[in-house]
Amino acid sequence: MIRLEGIDRSFQVGGEWVHALREISLEIPAGDYVAIMGPSGSGKSTLLNVIGLLDRPDRGRYLLGGVDAAGLTEEGRADLRRDKIGFVFQSFHLISRLTAAENVELPLVLAGTEPRVREARVAELLQQLNLSDRARHRPDQLSGGQRQRVAIARALAMRPAVLLADEPTGNLDLTSGREVVEILEGMNAKGITLLVVTHDPAIGGRAHRRIRMVDGLVEEGA
Amino acid sequence: MRATDLINHSYIALRAGRVRSFLTMLGIAVGIAAVVVLTAIGEGVQRYVLKEFTQFGANLIAVMPGKTETFGVSGAMVSNVRPLSLDDARSLERLSGIEAVVPVVQGNASVEAGRMSRRSMILGVGSRVPDVWSMHPALGRFLPGDDFTAARGYAVLGSKMSEELFPGRSPLGERVRIGSESYRVVGVMERKGQMLGFDMDDTVYIPISRAMAMFDRESLMEIDLLYSAGLSSGPVAERVKRHLKDRHGGEDFTVVTQDQMLEVLGDILGVLTIAIGGLGGISLLVGGVGILTIMTITVNERRGEVGLLRALGARKRQVLTLFLLDAVTLAGMGGLIGLGLGIGLALLVGILLPALPVSISWFYAAMAEIIALLVGLASGVAPALHAARLDPVQALRAE
Ligand SMILES: Nc1ncnc2c1ncn2[C@@H]1O[C@H](COP(=O)(O)OP(=O)(O)OP(=O)(O)O)[C@@H](O)[C@H]1O
Ligand SMILES: [Mg+2]
Repeated sequence: MIRLEGIDRSFQVGGEWVHALREISLEIPAGDYVAIMGPSGSGKSTLLNVIGLLDRPDRGRYLLGGVDAAGLTEEGRADLRRDKIGFVFQSFHLISRLTAAENVELPLVLAGTEPRVREARVAELLQQLNLSDRARHRPDQLSGGQRQRVAIARALAMRPAVLLADEPTGNLDLTSGREVVEILEGMNAKGITLLVVTHDPAIGGRAHRRIRMVDGLVEEGA
Repeated sequence: MRATDLINHSYIALRAGRVRSFLTMLGIAVGIAAVVVLTAIGEGVQRYVLKEFTQFGANLIAVMPGKTETFGVSGAMVSNVRPLSLDDARSLERLSGIEAVVPVVQGNASVEAGRMSRRSMILGVGSRVPDVWSMHPALGRFLPGDDFTAARGYAVLGSKMSEELFPGRSPLGERVRIGSESYRVVGVMERKGQMLGFDMDDTVYIPISRAMAMFDRESLMEIDLLYSAGLSSGPVAERVKRHLKDRHGGEDFTVVTQDQMLEVLGDILGVLTIAIGGLGGISLLVGGVGILTIMTITVNERRGEVGLLRALGARKRQVLTLFLLDAVTLAGMGGLIGLGLGIGLALLVGILLPALPVSISWFYAAMAEIIALLVGLASGVAPALHAARLDPVQALRAE
């Protein structure tokens, strides 16, 4: 379960302070499917980064699965992120010199998982995402949709409890975009908490719950 | 993260940037190659010089007049010094552990044979030169073991002297005039070459007492002793010192063992080798700057990747390790290339310039490789730290 209480986050740009998140309080039960929408610059990515433990709020309390993030050290947050969170980015963030299989394997390698376990897990994920015949291909040899599927497989490698997707279809055509959304929803159906930032009302409409952000504030529903 | 995965990660990164990696490695490789070649030449010269010194036999002790801390200063500079006499030499011959004694006086005189004449070095010595200096006659024999004071007028020629005075024929039995005296040639020495600037082949050996008379000297310039094989130089030198002190009533002479000479010489040449090795080390430094530069660029280019690694749960320390390892691998592999290059070059120098002695020093080669790794570590620290300290959110936005 994700629980935010009075989260504030501002950035100093030049001499001015930009208030990216204002007094955000939010509760997302495990297994939920939430779409986060809103205009550009409204703080959606910042919210996702705070939830993903990549960014620290200036004020407020954040609990992830009952653990207070404020009480964690830098290493503790890295470990929690590794074990509980999967990120999917608009620009895929695949490593171009690694093959699809190696990209998917990366989180397991970083975690020091045994090679035998890794191999099995990667094969399973590639098959699940219909990428088995692309395992040895490098990102530049893959289509956009295939790249995002590799990125999703990578996000799932550590079997996270929460999947955070920041505009996962933003760089994809309609068909691949729908495919990716369906895959993410499939994961949600298996119990993963899914948070998707999107500009696409069609995708927003499919989520169980919609959060609208405007200027760092949350408007529920809409 | 597992060690094999770490290495594999670095390997893939270096392979992906093949050209860049190779050029960076080249910087280190040139440095290592320079160290290997220069120390190989230094080490070779060192061995060559030491061999030059030992070619006149081992187990040698030299006694010179005058008390000096270092050798080279003549006793003539010191007053109230009792010179070394033939009696000193004779008495040393009876000392236990001493196999043979050669008293030495050296001077210049013109040597004539028929119409030929040549001015050169005259060495007044005893009969034991072949044993003490490991020099043997190629023709005839060396000076006979006459008593020092009643020596017959025999002479032995150096090989060059023989060729100059008696071109194309044997000088054995012929007469030569040295100064105002006539000598009969009884032997010709084998070719020996230069020894510290003295051409040992352009020399005439005559009995010590006759040389002393010829050069109007009362005393010896040096006494060379051969001690029994199996004894160590220190105690023998002590015994010689004590014996001469008893005779002279004080230590007004200097005893130098060959071991001491070799040690001092070895030290000097060793410092020289280190110095030229250091010269090669400077180019290693330049290679290190190359790694620093390329790693700084690499980290900047891979900001997005750093952000991703952090998003995947990598700790700061892990990011640091990964980039440090990249730098160390670059340097280490550059070092190995340099070792190969240096060894190849050293062998080539050995083949192309046989006169220049070359001897690859594995000690310096290993040192150079270790230094290369340290250079890699040192030049990797700043870029790797920079990578580890990147804000993951900012880093992710970089791409
Ligand atoms: N690291 C940062 N430094 C300075 N300002 C930042 C930083 N990150 C976010 N901001 C600012 O905070 C505000 C919210 O940014 P955020 O990226 O969360 O918006 P967003 O809703 O994701 O927008 P978009 O839909 O364009 O991705 C913006 O005004 C942005 O300029
Ligand atoms: Mg955004």
